[in-house]
Amino acid sequence: MTDDLRYVYAVCRPLAAPLHADLTGVAGEPPRQLAHEGLVAVVSPVPERDFAHEPLRAHLEDLDWLAATARAHQSVVAALTTVTCPLPLRLATVFRDDSGVRAMLEDESERLRRILDRIDGHVEWGVKVWLGDSGDGAGGADGGPEPSAAQPRRVPESGRDYLRRRRAGNAAREESAARAEVFTRRLHGDLARYAADARLHPVQSGPLTEAGSGRNILNSAYLVPRARSEEFLELIGRAEGTLPGLRVEVTGPWAAYSFTDGPDGPEAGGTP
Amino acid sequence: MTASVDPFAQREIALVDLLDRLLAGGVVLAGRIADVDLVRIDLKALISAVNAQVPSPFAAVDDGRDPSESPRTRDLPDPE
Repeated sequence: MTDDLRYVYAVCRPLAAPLHADLTGVAGEPPRQLAHEGLVAVVSPVPERDFAHEPLRAHLEDLDWLAATARAHQSVVAALTTVTCPLPLRLATVFRDDSGVRAMLEDESERLRRILDRIDGHVEWGVKVWLGDSGDGAGGADGGPEPSAAQPRRVPESGRDYLRRRRAGNAAREESAARAEVFTRRLHGDLARYAADARLHPVQSGPLTEAGSGRNILNSAYLVPRARSEEFLELIGRAEGTLPGLRVEVTGPWAAYSFTDGPDGPEAGGTP
Repeated sequence: MTASVDPFAQREIALVDLLDRLLAGGVVLAGRIADVDLVRIDLKALISAVNAQVPSPFAAVDDGRDPSESPRTRDLPDPE
């Protein structure tokens, strides 16, 4: 045990109740609370052979290992979210030993308390907007004109017809993209006004996204008072379905992962 | 859809949503901590590593597109 390092999941105010006994974290170890001057770090031991700098770097390039670690990290943070408003740390924050964790709590005390105050009573909601089918040139997904479907197949299409059809398809695609952008800006604006804070994540693409989801045009996070979450979701519900071809996806409630940088320095901020 | 949105029902979390938050969010403890042996990994570098494992979504799309549409993709990172 003395060779183990300390993995830190989150920092929070002292908890009223102990952590659930069945809870396990990274490396299958149960997390515990390490208190220091009014702050609590939630930590668990991790083996040095996996979590020292070099092995950790190698492991993180393994998507399966990364996924398992991310899920274990999240399961601890999610458990904390049911009893407090934890301040999650970046994945794979590892200290040499307990005294290293205590020193961190001491040195970073002011910043940690400031962010804890800001997120107190809040949860994070994720909102993604997907635009129809990603448009492989076949057209029809957005309901745009597709005259070729009505033409008898045995009549070869002339070059002019082809170009006309192509232009019509392009115009329809551009129009639906423009409408989608207006919808998305308005939705983000409405939600950001309602929320205490908002962040934009990069839009999602690639195999990790669900096949056939379409094109992701908004991937944002909102810091919302827990007590107002239902109204916030109703706001999304009302916007949903007002524009055909668009799908709105909500995730959460999350711990305030996206709001740990302070109001002045958003890493993924800005407006669309 | 509205009916299915129960505020505190935690559904299965997609890995991509998790990584959005865990690799880019969360408090970063900077190296200015004195006398603490903190293991630090640059997760920003990792994100690009993860993306590199993953073929560009635009490669397939480009094949079906007019040449006139290709400028859209020019400012995207090279799939290499």
